[in-house]
Amino acid sequence: MRLRYSDVTPERAYLSRRELMAGAAAIAVIGATGGGAAAATPPAGPPLKATPNPAYRVADAPTKLEAATTYNNFYEFGTNKEDPSRLAGTLKPRPWHVQVDGLCAKPRTFDIEEILKLAPLEERIYTLRCVEAWSMVIPWIGYPLAALLKQVEPRPGAKYVEFTTLKDAEQFPGQKPGFLGLGSLDWPYTEGLRLDEAMHPLALLTVGMYGQVLPNQNGAPVRIVTPWKYGFKSAKSIVRIRLTDSEPKTAWNKAAPQEYGFYSNVNPGVDHPRWSQATERRIGEFRRRQTLMFNGYADQVASLYSGMDLKKNY
Amino acid sequence: MTVRTRVALKVVVWVVALTPLARLLYAYWIDDLTANPIEYVTRELGDTAIRLLLASLALTPLRLMFGLGWPVALRRLLGLFAFFYVCLHFAVWIVLDHFFDWRTMTDDIVKRPWITVGVAALLLLAPLAATSTTGMIKRLGGVTWRRLHRLVYVAAVLGALHYIWLAKKVLIAPWVYAGVLAILLGLRAVDALRKLVRRRRPALA
Repeated sequence: MRLRYSDVTPERAYLSRRELMAGAAAIAVIGATGGGAAAATPPAGPPLKATPNPAYRVADAPTKLEAATTYNNFYEFGTNKEDPSRLAGTLKPRPWHVQVDGLCAKPRTFDIEEILKLAPLEERIYTLRCVEAWSMVIPWIGYPLAALLKQVEPRPGAKYVEFTTLKDAEQFPGQKPGFLGLGSLDWPYTEGLRLDEAMHPLALLTVGMYGQVLPNQNGAPVRIVTPWKYGFKSAKSIVRIRLTDSEPKTAWNKAAPQEYGFYSNVNPGVDHPRWSQATERRIGEFRRRQTLMFNGYADQVASLYSGMDLKKNY
Repeated sequence: MTVRTRVALKVVVWVVALTPLARLLYAYWIDDLTANPIEYVTRELGDTAIRLLLASLALTPLRLMFGLGWPVALRRLLGLFAFFYVCLHFAVWIVLDHFFDWRTMTDDIVKRPWITVGVAALLLLAPLAATSTTGMIKRLGGVTWRRLHRLVYVAAVLGALHYIWLAKKVLIAPWVYAGVLAILLGLRAVDALRKLVRRRRPALA
């Protein structure tokens, strides 16, 4: 009789070995006290009170805070995943103002303290799917973006919303001009949504996560989270929100138009030109999992796109 | 060069070439492989492979430019270590990244040019590694062997292309590697051209 490895190794033993490999991350970051690839454990941020909203939860366990705060794409700090956590201290999220203007009846500038009190803060657990085919589960704190937009009373002609991230190379070292102008995006980072997308209850104006004030490396003090779209659509460290009648230019679309469209909805059927979007790696897991249409939010957002060719409008 | 110096140099190459692997193993041991360990390890192994490949290609230009002959003695070792890291890089892709999902991997090789050229580079390097022994050099004969081993230029170009195509357009590193490779190959081309001209000159006179 022939023996296989599985005959002599209890399943639990080899499964836990796999978890050990993949889950190295979480423990990794706790264990790292300087040097190495992972940044040091971020200090626990100031707590931020919020009421959990049971309508917005996912079955999967949240990603470890350490992973969510040390594995970031935030090119304002640098192009490496660990740059944002390493350099986070350079950003000053107070004082902070957000100008909301454009096609609206009451354009005005909001102080960040005012934004924090505009609507009751809720905790919502969303999955975050990065265009690079990895994902996390994150308990965000915020309230629907619609609550802020209603304050300025959008005019009927307003069809789109443009978000602008702070441009300041003193606070964002990644914005310093690189060699021959290479190695960076066209600053400031801008992103955009259609107005009906922005008014959708899922679109979250976000000021915290994991029960804390939003860490700098995650887009402090205020960012957008649109969980049915790839992560880069969720603008961080926002200083301006502008209502407009034409589709806003977006940062990644300007850098590589064939690769990053205006919509950028999570869609396992539409590949990135260079890789498949059919599967993703959940941070902390070993095996890839299937990517879901609209990142699992199809029942809530699919109607926004009825009749649209999502292959063309990628 | 004395035997002792040669051995000492090779020991240095062994230590330098194995350091990136040792660092990864140590990082695994202390759980410091970032939040996305598989991606991180894949990238580090690929980076090391292309660096070692460029290092192995830098030795001949040293001789051509500065008349330094001795570094060429390290060429085979560096080339083999480059191949070793290419194999590890490929193995991580198969085992850790896709966990033997052959269909997805085959699809990717066919559909994604950056993966196609990456696999092609590996396939081109394999016969070079296999014929790297002194016995094989003798068996093939110097001329045939040298001709065969010119495949390394193709493999290196494909490797550089692999990195350029996979990386986001705003990153610089892939272009730095490609630039270094262009210089290393360019120096050879200049030398070959010079030799050609020199060979023709008597005929013209």
